[in-house]
Amino acid sequence: MKERFERRSNSKVLWPVVLVSIAMFGIGFALVPLYDVFCELTGLNGKVKSEAQAEAGFRVDQARWVTVEFVTTVNGEMPLGFRVETTKLKVHPGEYQTVKFFGTNQSDRTLVGRAIPSIAPGWATQFLKKTECFCFSEQTFEPQKEREMPVRFVIDPALPESVADVTLSYTFFDITEKQQ
Amino acid sequence: MSVTAIHDDHHDHGPTKGFMRWVTTTNHKDIGTLYLVFSLAMFMVGGAMALVIRAELFEPGMQFVDPLFFNSMTTLHALIMVFGAVMPAFAGLANWMIPMMIGSPDMALPRLNNWSFWLLPFAAVMLVSTLFMDGGAAAAGWTLYPPLSLQAGASFPFTIFTIHILGISSIMAAINIIVTILNMRAPGMTLMKMPLFVWTWLITAFLLIAIMPVFAGAVTMLLTDKFFGTSFFNAAGGGDPVLYQHLFWFFGHPEVYVLILPSFGIVSQIIPTFARKPLFGYSSMVYATASIGFLSFVVWAHHQYTVGMPVEGELYFTYATMLIAVPTGVKVFNWMSTMWQGAMTFEAPMLWAIAFVVLFTMGGFTGLMMAISPADLQYHDTYFIVAHFHYVLVSGAVFAIIAAVYYWLPKWTGVMYDERLANLHFWLTTISVNVCFFPQHFLGLAGMPRRIPDYALQFAEFNAWSSVGAFVFGFSQLILCYIVVKSMRGEGEKATDEVWEGASEHGLEWQLPSPAPYHTWEHSPHIH
Repeated sequence: MKERFERRSNSKVLWPVVLVSIAMFGIGFALVPLYDVFCELTGLNGKVKSEAQAEAGFRVDQARWVTVEFVTTVNGEMPLGFRVETTKLKVHPGEYQTVKFFGTNQSDRTLVGRAIPSIAPGWATQFLKKTECFCFSEQTFEPQKEREMPVRFVIDPALPESVADVTLSYTFFDITEKQQ
Repeated sequence: MSVTAIHDDHHDHGPTKGFMRWVTTTNHKDIGTLYLVFSLAMFMVGGAMALVIRAELFEPGMQFVDPLFFNSMTTLHALIMVFGAVMPAFAGLANWMIPMMIGSPDMALPRLNNWSFWLLPFAAVMLVSTLFMDGGAAAAGWTLYPPLSLQAGASFPFTIFTIHILGISSIMAAINIIVTILNMRAPGMTLMKMPLFVWTWLITAFLLIAIMPVFAGAVTMLLTDKFFGTSFFNAAGGGDPVLYQHLFWFFGHPEVYVLILPSFGIVSQIIPTFARKPLFGYSSMVYATASIGFLSFVVWAHHQYTVGMPVEGELYFTYATMLIAVPTGVKVFNWMSTMWQGAMTFEAPMLWAIAFVVLFTMGGFTGLMMAISPADLQYHDTYFIVAHFHYVLVSGAVFAIIAAVYYWLPKWTGVMYDERLANLHFWLTTISVNVCFFPQHFLGLAGMPRRIPDYALQFAEFNAWSSVGAFVFGFSQLILCYIVVKSMRGEGEKATDEVWEGASEHGLEWQLPSPAPYHTWEHSPHIH
């Protein structure tokens, strides 16, 4: 006995499935901006906004101390001596402080660098506000010269009580070749 | 009627002769065979690389290879085993068995099927050829984390392109399987009557179409970061290397379920046959598989506990990951209940299936240990994780594939394999796989990091054991090759249509003649 029965055409099932795979390729790329938005909202990856914030008058909390530590790193083999005048500073929340960073070009050519800041723990990021920073723009270093780069910052007194130490880290990336 | 007559003539011809049969074939059985043979070859290539690794690690110090080549070995071993051996083996089993199990004459899209197989050998050749390029093959691990992976030499774009091709191949295979299962079932074969192997593959195929494109996107971003000046993962340009880890594991975690779900299906076919009982808790098996598939998408960051996450994140990923133990436990208990008071016999497929249940469960337990984020800080990137994923992938996925080969080989070739040799193969493999991987738990707990060519003296003894186990394991697989080749040449006792006593109650494939004719189920079977 020959049995024939009605089947849906295969393409009715095929095309939705093909569309799902194409859509997932797009979603992979859409995850990139979503990740940035998510991290900005939650401060998860310690990424700092690269723009100066207006100086606001905070009430200085004299009763509380927060230790701010500074870390300087040079990425790869960039011939830059990068240091900070002090690695540790005890501050009161609400109090404005200036710390000097120094960059020395140890080569005989002009270097262009970009410093990427990062704050740990990540959830303290939004409470460390900078009014002046060399990380806001590209930095040019003349051959064999040292440059002073001040950072002016304040700890927002709204910083949660549980945070007693904040680490501010800068990594210098060599972008000389990309500039030419 | 003349139309019917022409139609029937058309049906009678068998395969064309010679080499071109295999190049141009659109027959699901031919393509299944191609996939399986390719997979066996890649299993040997990837295995040889594993033996290079174990030879170097037999003693402390550097003996045979330089560190870069060692790193290339760990990277290529993983890529070849995942994309070249295990996934094609499952695709081959799907091609052979799914149409026969659901009463369909072939796959839904036969020409696409041919293409998705023939992409693989070219991808594999290209991947292996990177070993001979300037700067060596990819050596940053199969995860290809930037910025390390971006420092590769000339091989980098070839590695990425290989991944693209492998991805396209498995997306096409998955699409084909979904359309076949949803649209080609015999009348009366409702979804909840489908054999579990078909169910697990349906869910696996949905995972594949959801994750392979994301992985393709992530490696494309690596490519543009290196060659086109984008900064997806480059901190200097405002990107974030951690983003890659999230994208990778969004693919990577469901991917490890792609490697295990079809194994669950295979074992759920074999145990009822040899326990001579229907599968215990069929519908709970289906729901458990679907739950595992769903949960796999929401637990990825448990691979990244050490990268820095707020406590809330660590807690969420810990609990979500441990939740997966529930449906997995349902499966293990169902297999045990199926065996309970069954009239069991222990032919080779059953031995492998039982070993799968025991050893996979051990791998599952170490997985639970690592799900606990504070504990994972100790295990992360040590030999403990190496032991864990080899227990679930070797004594899990690979054991299930070997079980499937012994189970269905008589149906494919029409002859019984040599049971005595198969037993020898089983015992050698099962003992050596434990000698190889069990000591690695201790190495990891004692602090030996993974992916290193040399190690501190206190790790010497366990590493020596592990290497001995690895070599015995590796050479035991030659028995498998011998058994398979012998059966393919048609040497051995003639198999009955049913093959295994009472098997015809356990699936449509056992109602077909042995060997299965070139065309089957041209007229749909009746499903009760």
